[in-house]
Amino acid sequence: MAGLGFACLLLALAVCAYGICASIYGVRTGRVEFSESGRRGVYALACLLTVAFAVLEIAFLRNDFSFNTVADTSSRTTPTLYRAAAVWSSQEGSLLLWAWLLSMWASLALFLTRRRMRDIAAYATAILLGFAGFFVSLMIFYANPFKTTSPAPAEGVGLDPLLRFPTMMIHPPMLYSGYTLCTIPLAFGMGALLARRVDADWIRSIRRFAFAAWLALGVGILLGARWSYAELGWGGYWGWDAVENASLMPWLTGTAFLHSLMIQEKRGMLKVWNISLVLATGTLAIMGTFLVRSGVLNSIHAFGGATLGVPFVTLIGVLIGSSIYLVVSRRDMLRSEHRLDSLLSRESVFIANNVVLVGLCFVVFWGTYFPLISAALTGQEASVGPPWFDRYTVPLALILVLLSGIGPVIAWRRATLANARRNFIVPVGASLATLALLTGLGLAHKPLAIAMFCCAAFVFGSVGQEFYRGVRARRAMAGEAVPRALVALVRRNRRRYGGYIVHIGIAVLFVGVAASSSFQHASELGLSPGQSTRVGSYTLRYVRPTATITPRNDAAHTGSTMSLGAVIDVSRGGRHVATLTPSEGFYASQDPTQGSVGSLIGGQPVSHIANDSSFTRDVWTAIAPDMEAPALAKIVKAGNATLGPEDAIVAIGYLARAYLKNPPPAQFHFIVSPMVMWIWTGGLIVFGGGLIAIWPAPSTVRRRVTARSRARRARGMARA
Amino acid sequence: MEIGPDALCGGPEQGSLRYLRTMNPARKRTVRLVVALTAAVVLASALVYTSFSAASPALTPTQLVREAQPGQSYEVTGTVVPGTVHRVGAILNFAVEDRTGGTRVPVAYTGTVPDPFREGREVIVTVEKHGGQFLGERNSLITKCPSKFKEAPPGEKQTN
Amino acid sequence: MLLISLALVALVVLIVSAPLRTRAAASGEEPGGRAANQREQREELEAEREAKYREIRDAELDFRTGKLSQEDYRAIDGALRTQALEILNRLDALEPAASPEPAESERREQSAPARLDG
Repeated sequence: MAGLGFACLLLALAVCAYGICASIYGVRTGRVEFSESGRRGVYALACLLTVAFAVLEIAFLRNDFSFNTVADTSSRTTPTLYRAAAVWSSQEGSLLLWAWLLSMWASLALFLTRRRMRDIAAYATAILLGFAGFFVSLMIFYANPFKTTSPAPAEGVGLDPLLRFPTMMIHPPMLYSGYTLCTIPLAFGMGALLARRVDADWIRSIRRFAFAAWLALGVGILLGARWSYAELGWGGYWGWDAVENASLMPWLTGTAFLHSLMIQEKRGMLKVWNISLVLATGTLAIMGTFLVRSGVLNSIHAFGGATLGVPFVTLIGVLIGSSIYLVVSRRDMLRSEHRLDSLLSRESVFIANNVVLVGLCFVVFWGTYFPLISAALTGQEASVGPPWFDRYTVPLALILVLLSGIGPVIAWRRATLANARRNFIVPVGASLATLALLTGLGLAHKPLAIAMFCCAAFVFGSVGQEFYRGVRARRAMAGEAVPRALVALVRRNRRRYGGYIVHIGIAVLFVGVAASSSFQHASELGLSPGQSTRVGSYTLRYVRPTATITPRNDAAHTGSTMSLGAVIDVSRGGRHVATLTPSEGFYASQDPTQGSVGSLIGGQPVSHIANDSSFTRDVWTAIAPDMEAPALAKIVKAGNATLGPEDAIVAIGYLARAYLKNPPPAQFHFIVSPMVMWIWTGGLIVFGGGLIAIWPAPSTVRRRVTARSRARRARGMARA
Repeated sequence: MEIGPDALCGGPEQGSLRYLRTMNPARKRTVRLVVALTAAVVLASALVYTSFSAASPALTPTQLVREAQPGQSYEVTGTVVPGTVHRVGAILNFAVEDRTGGTRVPVAYTGTVPDPFREGREVIVTVEKHGGQFLGERNSLITKCPSKFKEAPPGEKQTN
Repeated sequence: MLLISLALVALVVLIVSAPLRTRAAASGEEPGGRAANQREQREELEAEREAKYREIRDAELDFRTGKLSQEDYRAIDGALRTQALEILNRLDALEPAASPEPAESERREQSAPARLDG
C-alpha cells in the first residue's frame, strides 16, 4: 500500500512537470489544446493526490503501523475519530494534506474559469502546478509520508492528547484550505501580469476565490482561538504567537484586497495596489505555512525539520523577487484610469480601511519576525511580547471598527455632504448613548474598552439604519411586508448587505474581545476540598475530588488512562449558578524508564477545562492535581517495583482511590470573563455575512438584468 | 481632479482652504501623497524604535549568567534540569540549563504552567534578575513540544 | 498493487492527453488569432457591463437610502448610464458572426452561473 502511495507522489511530480510545460507552451504558441492539457493535468493531480491521501488515511484507520507516520502519531488506543485526524498531525501528513487541498481548490478554480481568460488561466495553471510540485518534491525527498519500517511495530506512540479535541480536527484542514485558497488569486494575479491583462474579467473571477480564501482563513483562525481557549489550560484565545500571527497576516491583506478590489472594479483605480495585495497575500500564506514547520522562530508550533528551511526560503525568495519584477515591468498597464472623485466617498473610506489593515499587517509582521530582524541588525536575537503587540494593534483595531461604521453611511463616488451629516446622527447618537451608559455604570477606568464599545455602537447604529432605510425604500417601491422586503433587499444586494452583516459580526467580535480582556477576573491558587475562593462576583468552592480510570471510562473520550479532577460549585450572591468538573487526563507514554506503572500515566497530561458559558460571562475552571504528592508518588514507586506491565493497571486503581480518599491540595486556575461568547458569535455572524456576500445571484435576477439592459439602452437613447 | 465645495465645507471659503482649492489638482495630489508618506514613515519609525527598547533579548542559560543585568528582562531558552522542580505555594521553582548541558540557572516562576511542562523538556521563560535569583515573569512560561514525537504535532499552543 | 499503479498511469495519461487527441474536433477555433481575441474582448466587455449595471443599481440604492441628494443622484446616474451605453455599443460592434441571436446569447448568459455575482 505504501508503495502505491509513493508511486502516486512520483506520478504527481511528473504530472506537475508536464502540466507546467504544456500550459506555458500552449499559451506562448497559442495552441489551445496544450493549455487545455495542462489544465487537465491539475485534474489528474487532484485524482492522484486523492488516492495518496486515501492510502494514508486508510493506513491510519486500519492501524497499519508499518507506516512510520502511523506508528509515530497513532495507536490502537487512540479513538477512531482522532486516528482519522492524526493523518495531518505529522510533518509528512500535513504536507500531503496541503498538497491535496491545493490540488482540489486549483481544480475547482480552473474548472470554473475553463471557458474564459484562457491565457491568464494557462499561466495560473503553471504557477499552481509549480506550488504543487514544490510540496510534492518536499514529500518525495525530505518528508515521505509513505516511509515504512519492517517488521512493523506492534503498537504506535499515539496521538498527542493535546490534539484529541474536535476543534483540532477541523482547524488544520480549514487553515490549510485558507492558505491554499490564497495561492489561487496569487496564481491568477501573476497570470494576469504575465498575460498583460489586469481588467474587469480578471477581477470578477478572482473575487470569489479571494473571498473563499478569506472565509476559510478566518474560520481557521477562529477555530484555533477557540481551541486554545476551550481546551488548553491557559484560558486565553490569542497570544500573539508567531504561528497565530502567520495566519493573521494574509487574512489582513486579504481583507484589504476585498475592499480595494471594489474600487478597481468601479473606477479602474488602484491596480498596482491591488495586484501587490494579491501577491502579498499569497506570499504571506506560503510564509505562514513555512513558519509552522521550520522552527525558525521560537514558537510552540515546532514541527522541527530544519531541513525544510532552505527550500522554503528559496521559494519565498523566488515569489517575492518575481512579484516585484512583474509589477515593475508591467507598470504601464497598471496605470489608474480615473482618480478619486471626492474625499467624501465610500472609495475614500475603503482606501483608509486599506491603509489601516496594511498598517496592522506591518505591525504584526514586524513583531513576529523581530527575532530575525534584531539578530540581523544587532547580532542579538530579541523578541517582543504581547504588550508590545497590544499597544499598536488596539488603536488600529479601534480605527478599523469605526471605519466599518462610516463606510455604509457614505455613498459611492461622491456623497452629498448635507445628507452625510444627516446620516451620521443615528450612529453618533448610539455611540454617545453607549458612552453615557457605560460611564454611568462606572466602567470609565478602562478607556480602551469603552472606546471599542462606542465604536461598535456606532457600527450597529449605522448598519441598523442602512437596513431600516433599505427596507423602507423597498417597501415604497414594491409594497411588500417587512420580512419579505428584508429578504428581497438582501437577496438583490448581496454584496452590500452581506458586507454590512460581516461588519456587524466584526464589531460584535471586538466587543467580546474588549470586554473579556479588560474586565476579566482571574485567580490561581491551591485549594483543598471544602475551601472556596472569590473570583469577581462569583464564589467557587472545591466540593470534592473526582477520579476515573481506564480509557473506556474517560468521559472526554480521549483515551486517557486516568483522569483526576474536582467538582466545583459556582455560586453568586448565595445562589447556585453552576457545577463544574474540570479534570486533568494522564496518558500512557512509551517511555520504559518511567516504570511499568509510571509509563501508564507518564505521557503528556492534558487539562480538561470546565466552562460555564453564557452571553454575559464565562466561568472558566482548570485544575492541575498534584501527582508529585508523597502518597501518590509512593504508590507509583511501589507499583513500578512490584508489578509487570500487564498488571500495572491495578496500581492505577489504587492511585485513583488514594486520590479520592486523601486528596492533596490541587492547583486551580479560575477565570471569570465577560462576554467571551460574543467572540464566537461574532465569528459566526461574519461567516454568515460572508456567505451571503459571496453567494451567486439567482437566475431570475440575471434574466432581469439582461432584459433590463435592453430597456436601459432604449431609455439611454431616449435621454441622449 | 476637482474637489467640490461640498466635500470640504459648506460655508464661505477660509483663507487656507482657498489656497488649497486654487492649487492645481496634480500638486494637491502630490502634497497629499507626501503628507501620507511622511506620516507613515514617522509612525513606522516610532514602531521600530519602541520594538528595540521593548524587546527581551533571547539568551541561553550560559549567556544569561554571564550577561544579565538587573532590571532588564531576558528570554531564556533551556532544558528543565531533572530533580530541580518543586513548588512552594504559588511559586514554581526549577532550574534551566543549556541544551548541551552546563550552567544551571534557578528560576522562581509564578503563573500558569503549561501542560507539557516537566523535567527534561525545553522551555522558554522571560526572567528578570533580582539579586542572585531570576524571577520568572508572570505567565511567560512556554514549553516546547516534546521531541519524543519525531516531529512535534501542530497546533500545540501553550503560551501564556 | 502494480496493477493499480499502472491503471493510475493510464488514467492520468488519458485525462491529460484528451485535448491533444481531440484537437481536430475542437469547435472551429483557430489556434490563437482572431477568434480567441474576439472571445477575450467579448468576455472583457461583458464583465465591464455587469460591473457598470451594479454601479447603477448601487447608485440607485444610495439615493433611496438617503445618501445622495436628488441632483447628485441624477448627475451620477446619467454619467453611469452613458458609460453603460458606450459599453453596450462596443459589445454590439464586435463581430456579429461570433455572437449568436440575442435570444440565444441571453440563454447562454443565464446558463453560466460562475460569471455573474449578485
